[in-house]
Amino acid sequence: MADDPREDPRRRRFLQGAAVGGLTAALAPLDAQAQRTAQPARDTPRSAGPVPRNLESSVRAESIAQSRCGGDYMVDVMRGLGIEYFAATPGNTFMGLHESVTNYGMTTQPNLRYLTTMHEEASVAMAHGYAKIEGKPMACAFHATVGLQHASMAIYNAYCDRVPVFMLTGAGIEADKRSSPVEWIHTAVDGPAMVRDYTKWDDTPGNLQGFGESAARAWRFSMTPPYGPTLLAVDTQLQEDEVAGDARLSIPRLPSVRPPSADANTVREIARLLVAAEHPLIHVDRCARTPEGLKLTVELAEALGAPVVDSGNRMGFPWRHPLNQSRRFGDLRAEADVLLALEPGNPFELVTTRNRDGELRRALGDKAKSITLSSAELYPKGNYQNLQRYAGMVDIAVQADAEATLPFLLEEVRRLMPAARSAYDARARAFAATHQQDLDAAKQEAVYGWDASPISMPRLAMELYEVMKNEDWSLLSHHYWQSSWSQRLWAAEKHHQYIGGSGAEGVGYTSPASLGAALANQKHGRLSVAVVGDGDLMFGPGILWTAAHERIPILYVVHNNRAYHQEIMQLQAIANRRQRGVDRAGIGCAITDPNINYAIVAKGLGVYSEGPVENPNDLGPALRRAVAVVRKGEPALIDVVSQGR
Amino acid sequence: MKYPQFAIALALLLPCVVAAAQVVPRGDAASGRKIYVTQGCYQCHGYQGQGSNAGSRLAPGPLPYVAFAYQVRQPRARMPAYTPKNTSDQDLADVYAYLLTIPKARLVAEIPLLDGIPTRGESSK
Repeated sequence: MADDPREDPRRRRFLQGAAVGGLTAALAPLDAQAQRTAQPARDTPRSAGPVPRNLESSVRAESIAQSRCGGDYMVDVMRGLGIEYFAATPGNTFMGLHESVTNYGMTTQPNLRYLTTMHEEASVAMAHGYAKIEGKPMACAFHATVGLQHASMAIYNAYCDRVPVFMLTGAGIEADKRSSPVEWIHTAVDGPAMVRDYTKWDDTPGNLQGFGESAARAWRFSMTPPYGPTLLAVDTQLQEDEVAGDARLSIPRLPSVRPPSADANTVREIARLLVAAEHPLIHVDRCARTPEGLKLTVELAEALGAPVVDSGNRMGFPWRHPLNQSRRFGDLRAEADVLLALEPGNPFELVTTRNRDGELRRALGDKAKSITLSSAELYPKGNYQNLQRYAGMVDIAVQADAEATLPFLLEEVRRLMPAARSAYDARARAFAATHQQDLDAAKQEAVYGWDASPISMPRLAMELYEVMKNEDWSLLSHHYWQSSWSQRLWAAEKHHQYIGGSGAEGVGYTSPASLGAALANQKHGRLSVAVVGDGDLMFGPGILWTAAHERIPILYVVHNNRAYHQEIMQLQAIANRRQRGVDRAGIGCAITDPNINYAIVAKGLGVYSEGPVENPNDLGPALRRAVAVVRKGEPALIDVVSQGR
Repeated sequence: MKYPQFAIALALLLPCVVAAAQVVPRGDAASGRKIYVTQGCYQCHGYQGQGSNAGSRLAPGPLPYVAFAYQVRQPRARMPAYTPKNTSDQDLADVYAYLLTIPKARLVAEIPLLDGIPTRGESSK
């Protein structure tokens, strides 16, 4: 065992060292000079005059044994931030960190587990989904340049969806340490620049202590509303080099983050308007960051007897709560005298409409008040237009975190509420009746096409619900793509039971993001379910191998409509406008000829699977068998040949 | 009224609708089924005309033929127009004939998965 580096008592105890030293020693400056001079000499001596081409680069110190390395310190920093997982597709520019995670992070406590992905986009998406369930970031790492380029779209999804992700990429800062032509190709002077427009913050720390502090800062910024991804470019040498025995490195202390809430006067004004309103309306988007946020939203609505419309981007309001009026936004908005929008993703759309001539007009009445309460405007960026069109018809725009403001708003509403609540209670009763009407209408509509093949969306939704409704389930895909039948017919009430979609509508999100979320659900014993589009799955089917390899229990139901269906509908519309016929609309959009057998694809990647299921009567039994597999801790996939929406 | 233009057009057409509704052009349902698919109607409206969040329900019990044809030729909302250049009057008649063959749906009470949905105040877990 003497050869086992893990047995070396001098090795790898930064976290312990920090504990012994006490956190009061935090942020002690690294003696960079000591670190440099303590390194064994490894640069090839250079002669005066022109350098021969074969000596232009010096190799890294690959043959020298180490007892403490930068990568281990980075692992301890991540552990100190409460990071449990490190998702990555391997890349040479972060091998020093990779080795530390596998040989140190995964073998000591608290465990930092390496998750093997087959595409950097999958790494980010897994972290994206994980954060929406767990409420904290997962780490993911990318090869410099090419790996980050692969990750790019998924980063934009996380940014638009306001989700924290702790990202790392390699960097070759010292030019003479790039030991091969490939390392030069895989180097950018400012690597994070490529994704800076849609990351919340990035840094390229110059030494190990700098890494620790920047990591803590990245975590804090990521977890301060509006949440978002952050990126550290980490020098390859810094990861790989030995740390001098006398180097004093500390793990930066992590304070609790206190999101900004609206000021007291603003809260009083909003509460006064809501309590006085005859027709208040609450719109919820990415409001409930935590289960507490969901609870507070429900309490506010119930205190006011106010209807709530949920955007579907998060579990914003229980789907079967009597005040949930998500199918009635247009009508409710037309009569509303106060509209309170909590973290709206598109405030313009909420307060603006068009008349018959296409002219923009105010959607609310002249005397009505519209209020937006949003953290998004606390961190605006240009270039990418995810802030949507300017909502000039909003009356009161409050820049604050909605969830952090809700306790104060609720308290103020309760304080102002008159003792006689009969009007509020009557309003709530009326909305309970309309909610029931909506449910009854959904049931009536669901019967159409019930026995059809390809299988209808309500049939798919209800066969699926039947096998999961008695479990503590979690739906990890957006309901919109199945015409929102799950939202209309299911009873989701807990924060983890629904997490919305990608944020930027970047295809290829659902399959990996749902797996990351399923990983978070695993420790709670929840049944994770994702209805994934066939097009989405084919962007990165390797995620199925990750599911099998990492033994993450999840039920994938492939909504196999054999097309990039959204696009095929749009292409038909354009072809019709040009009067060219729609018979060629499938070119580029249809996923046929040959039809893909997703069950076979899944089997080849190590996942239990059945299908293609075409007969609706076969669907329930197939789903039951799959749930039994998932309950054993494995992934399963059912390929369902389905209608478009 | 959500779509006043459509309502006005329908009102103007009402006498024709009443008269023409009695006289549905002869169509071939089997051909109509094929046209319904090749013309991509099912993409938004579903193979059984059941509708989705991208297209309204067409069957069973389709609109009177004149209203149906008017909607296809000069659609309201998001639906693209199907002109005679690519979809003939006979094609429309065939598709309509197909829609007429789609049987009445089962009742909610006959489908336990739907009938068993808890009513207000109940939840599964």
